[in-house]
Amino acid sequence: MDGSSALATVLIAMLGGAIRVSTPFLFVALGEMLTERSGRINLGLEGTLVLGAMSGYAISYHTGSPWLGLLVAGCAGMMMGALHALICRLPKVNDIAVGIALMLFGLGIAFFLGKAYIQPSAPRLPSIPLGFWSDNPQIAQALQINPLFLIGIALAFFLAWALKNTRPGLILRVTGDSEAAARALGHPVMLIRLIATACGGFLAGVGGAFLSLYYPGSWNEGLSSGQGLMAVALVIFARWDPIRCMVAAMLFGAAGALGPSLQAIGITQGYYFFNAAPYILTLLLMIGSAGSKKALRDAPGELALTR
Amino acid sequence: MPFDTFSRRSFLQTAAAGTAAAALGFPSLARAQSGVTIGIVYVGPKDDFGWNQAHAVSIGALKATPGVKVIEEENVPETAAVAKSMESMINLEGANLILATSFGYFNPFMVDVAKKYPKVTLRHAAPLWEKGKHPDNAGSYFGYLDQAHYVNGVAAGLSTKSNKIGFVAAKPISSVLRNINSVLWGARSVNPNATLQVIFTGDWALPVREAEAANALIGAGCDILTCHVDSPKVVIETAERRGIKSLGHNASQAPLAPKGFITGAEYKWETIYKIFAEAIAKGQPVPNLVFGGYDKDMVRNTAFGAGAEEPARKAAEAAIADLKANKPILKGPVKDNKGNVVLPNASYDNFDRVLDGMNFLAEGVVGSIT
Repeated sequence: MDGSSALATVLIAMLGGAIRVSTPFLFVALGEMLTERSGRINLGLEGTLVLGAMSGYAISYHTGSPWLGLLVAGCAGMMMGALHALICRLPKVNDIAVGIALMLFGLGIAFFLGKAYIQPSAPRLPSIPLGFWSDNPQIAQALQINPLFLIGIALAFFLAWALKNTRPGLILRVTGDSEAAARALGHPVMLIRLIATACGGFLAGVGGAFLSLYYPGSWNEGLSSGQGLMAVALVIFARWDPIRCMVAAMLFGAAGALGPSLQAIGITQGYYFFNAAPYILTLLLMIGSAGSKKALRDAPGELALTR
Repeated sequence: MPFDTFSRRSFLQTAAAGTAAAALGFPSLARAQSGVTIGIVYVGPKDDFGWNQAHAVSIGALKATPGVKVIEEENVPETAAVAKSMESMINLEGANLILATSFGYFNPFMVDVAKKYPKVTLRHAAPLWEKGKHPDNAGSYFGYLDQAHYVNGVAAGLSTKSNKIGFVAAKPISSVLRNINSVLWGARSVNPNATLQVIFTGDWALPVREAEAANALIGAGCDILTCHVDSPKVVIETAERRGIKSLGHNASQAPLAPKGFITGAEYKWETIYKIFAEAIAKGQPVPNLVFGGYDKDMVRNTAFGAGAEEPARKAAEAAIADLKANKPILKGPVKDNKGNVVLPNASYDNFDRVLDGMNFLAEGVVGSIT
């Protein structure tokens, strides 16, 4: 393999990785962004993601319809989100602690109920062959795109627009920036946070269903291995902006494909380092972006981490 | 939880020390009638469709033995956590035989526990125990799965059109490296042009990275995939979806790939656990070292799938017959993939202990262990 075609292989693999691997990050990050914009942190999204993956796979297996599985996964995530919001309503409850508790709860219940679904194969979500124009099988493969990826991108743009230009978006931002101001304006703060956290949970559940129903497309207990937590970190790096969440998720996916694809073209030394690339990248970007004063200005005022 | 067991443990130790020391004056396994409690530790879930499941289903032989109580713990990481699990099995549940089923449990965790509890018998599922070097109450049991992987390789060598076989591996440890090399040696025995490309993921169960690795190998031109990870489901399903052939590992993955499955390497742990069960039933100590391959019926190959064509089947069956007759796989001298001669002799017995510590990728393997 000569140099240029090897480079092309890596770049195509990174493009494919950005498309395949980024979707769960994208959904979880968008969901967490919504929740945090309302002034709460939900660290439980790792548990929500895994619960969504399990329930989506189980429903798809039993009904034969992956889309129904996706819906159920979203609803399971929504219930987890609503539970978080309801517990946080109680006086003197710390949202971060509740989030950690719900993460463990979600993982536990998903592992418990998911035992029976490790072996069977469930129907998977279809993909759209957008690479049909190319004779290169690698490009064709990289451009096998799941509709959820496109929905996620559209959602990121929609949320960016809605937060800036619509009345619900403004109300959400007010609630997140100053609870007192929102109360003075007569907005039901707790209800808004309930809705924002439940929607965030829904998106995380959908992200989980993508893992179990599309890529890698099977359920087992090691499926997420921390992706939900990474997505929460991505939100901070993306400074609570939907478009930047999208870019961060894609970067993370692309960096994740780097390790395997470098080994595939024969750059085999130091694969532990390349496998760690996504985390190193996130760390560097977070150090870079969190250092500026602007980062602090972007953070919702009611968030526990800025208070 | 760790602090919890620690304090209970120390309490129990002091409280029970006097009576226990008197009652357990001789090796506890000899007391078959009064009951043997076996503690089994798994690194993942018992039903992972792979390594842990292969153990869990074979434990039946022990469970069926009269007077035997089996306690199991899943998802125990290869860290100090496993030492705590084993100690709590010994102290709280009264386990007198511990079966540690994951590679990384052995050193230092199981060795330390064995030193601390000389009356308890501990056995580890990998060829790591050495007499004199490690405590006498510890031991190893192992099926030489590389023999079944060699048969996989023979079938793959006659099934590949691109002469490139892909291998998704977890960690570059000796038993994984030996399986990788064995697939290549099997393939080369029937097809001298065959090569094997390996990608290491870095851990036993990382589904997303395994899928990425599988896709990268297919992108690099491999038309047969196999793996050595705890749960091969993702790799086999990815191969099937991409329309290429696959070779299984650990347990039967044939139902996952109705079109492309060729055959797979499987343990027969039940043979070993039956040996343990018989020893316990007779009140004898469990042997320190139990190992074997095709010759002792401790490994097998999955029944051929639709991906196995006639020549591949015949060659694989011939290879199995050779292995049953203990015909050596390796014809030396053997070179690694950097060109160094690593095994200078002309021939090696399939159970030569030199091969247990395999630390190289053979000539013909594309990849690196660092």
